[in-house]
Amino acid sequence: MTAELFVQYLFAGITYGSIYAIVAIGFNIIYNTTGIINFAQGEFVMLGGMIAISLLPLLPLPLAIGVAVAVTMLIGALMEMIFIRWLKNPSVLRMIIITIGISILTREAAIHIWGENIRALPYFVGNEISTISILGARISPQVLWVVGVCGVMVVFLHLFFQATSVGREMRACAANRMAAILCGINPRNMVTLSFVLSAGMGALAGCVMSPITYSQYDMGTGLAIKGFTVAILGGLGNSGGAVAAGLLLGAIEAFSVSVVPLAFKDAISIAILLLILFVRPHGIFGSAEAARLKTF
Amino acid sequence: MKKMMTKMALGAMALTLLAAPSVWAENIKVGAILAVTGPASFLGGPEARTLEMMTETINAKGGINGNKIDLIIKDSAGSPEKAVSFAKQLIDEEKVLAIIGPSSSGETMQIKQIAQDGKTPLLSCAAAEVIVNPVASFVFKTPQKDSDAVKMIYNELKTKGLANVAVLADNTGFGKAGAEQLAKIAPEFGIKIVENEVYDTKDSDLTAPVAKIKANKEVQAVINWSVAPAQSIVLKNIRQTGWTVPVFQSHGFGNIKFAQAAGAAAEGVIFPAGRLLIAADLPADHPQKALLLDYTKNYESKYQGELVSTFGGHAYDAMLMLEEAIKVGGNDREKVRTALEGLQKLPGTAGIFSMSATDHNGLTIDAFQMMTVKNGKFVAYPAQ
Repeated sequence: MTAELFVQYLFAGITYGSIYAIVAIGFNIIYNTTGIINFAQGEFVMLGGMIAISLLPLLPLPLAIGVAVAVTMLIGALMEMIFIRWLKNPSVLRMIIITIGISILTREAAIHIWGENIRALPYFVGNEISTISILGARISPQVLWVVGVCGVMVVFLHLFFQATSVGREMRACAANRMAAILCGINPRNMVTLSFVLSAGMGALAGCVMSPITYSQYDMGTGLAIKGFTVAILGGLGNSGGAVAAGLLLGAIEAFSVSVVPLAFKDAISIAILLLILFVRPHGIFGSAEAARLKTF
Repeated sequence: MKKMMTKMALGAMALTLLAAPSVWAENIKVGAILAVTGPASFLGGPEARTLEMMTETINAKGGINGNKIDLIIKDSAGSPEKAVSFAKQLIDEEKVLAIIGPSSSGETMQIKQIAQDGKTPLLSCAAAEVIVNPVASFVFKTPQKDSDAVKMIYNELKTKGLANVAVLADNTGFGKAGAEQLAKIAPEFGIKIVENEVYDTKDSDLTAPVAKIKANKEVQAVINWSVAPAQSIVLKNIRQTGWTVPVFQSHGFGNIKFAQAAGAAAEGVIFPAGRLLIAADLPADHPQKALLLDYTKNYESKYQGELVSTFGGHAYDAMLMLEEAIKVGGNDREKVRTALEGLQKLPGTAGIFSMSATDHNGLTIDAFQMMTVKNGKFVAYPAQ
């Protein structure tokens, strides 16, 4: 393999990887505050892209993206308030079924609103054929946008959870719900907030990736599966782990092309998911001790 | 209590009567199995809308020989399993006269035998040649042959003096059948396939496989054979790696949305397709011209904001043939089948159809025209 080809594969891997990581972090935020996996996570990505595309004729691109993210956050909040907030100690199975139901509902609504066609935001810089050269490899400038925006979101989240009082309150709810209530934190609001946050992140990712991958009403399912694989691989609830696992899975997928036919790409990631679930269910970066204390 | 029950029963009866006014009319039931949603919705969407539009027109004229058409569209979402159960339902329960569709080759192959056993004419809107070769007496298809598309492309490669090609195909029935035909016909034209990759219709970025085929310095041209939106991603990824190789597409590229999705990366792509896409540029005496313009005008004024595609055209041709066959055969599956087989020189959107007992497609290589994309529009190749 030439150095140029290596870099080319690497960038392809980083592009997929950062998108997977963002979806996985979305899973993690909600998992951390509620202990559930929100299988409608992929739909947030779809909604972000689709809403921004619909707003584009009315607003300039940055504003359209901003409004789309805000609207998706609102939808995230509504989902939580309508379907989840009023449940008292729901079982894990029930929550999984509810979130899968929400995901199907969102998808069906999307096909009625936007139809079955693929759509895309325009490239932020240049167009479909502009390329920049990095270490001999040629990539689209949009790749840098995807990687950059995803990176900034991860840093922002880290700061939010470590340095702000709301972030700390959310972590408190995750660590010990009863103790958090005793400290005067309303865990229900924190759960809503976690949906808002992960909806916003998903929507923003959906906007930056739209020029490369297109947006379509049913894009969420595939992303949710990949994101779930990454979340498990990195250890559920561990956002740093999710980034590392996302990049790892992206790189494995990209480099696998040079060894096995492309058609096996998805088979590889699903095989990894199964392998991890059997061998290390707490993920490669998670701790088995911590996993044992969790409900699922 | 008993009285109330009777009343309720009467009410229920009245309701069923209201819900099924077709009981009184001599309607002809036509089934359609189309991928209206799902990954193949690019095909099924325009097909379903075309059929709805045509049924409306036919019924507004008073039907065929006075019999109105009852169109029953089933959405298979591109899944062969659903297509199978819908086919059985339409044939055995709804007892339709004929079935239009499915949209994709994979689905059609799954129900080919079911239609044959159920002695129900099937007019597939899918392209793969295996649908009508070997011939099943009840199975027809309206799109052009993929072997002819391959020959068109190879001819063009030969003219350009290019011999070593990379083949990228999607993993649908159409992609598989195309890749097989490409491999089979290559030796005839002295073409060598040096790289071969299959991608998933759901793939969202194909930089890695593109990098792989680009690294093979022998590749002189790329043939990208697909009916899925992913084919536009291939185009973008090829240009984004700064590769200026000539790119050929199949007739599965015949929806302007694919070209729009690839934007500037679609410019200069060469592909064979039916003449629907360039109807306005045809000479006035071309036998298809009036029909093509008529369909384009009706479709685009009915479904604002959507342009015609060759896929909707395949459904148009299916309904057109069926209409002609019903005029002769009435509401009788066997007679309609015989009439379909006897259709001669019928201009449709895909070409001029002449069926026979051995040819259930009825189109020749002349149905194709090489096209390219210029300034975001389909134009005849070579572009002026």
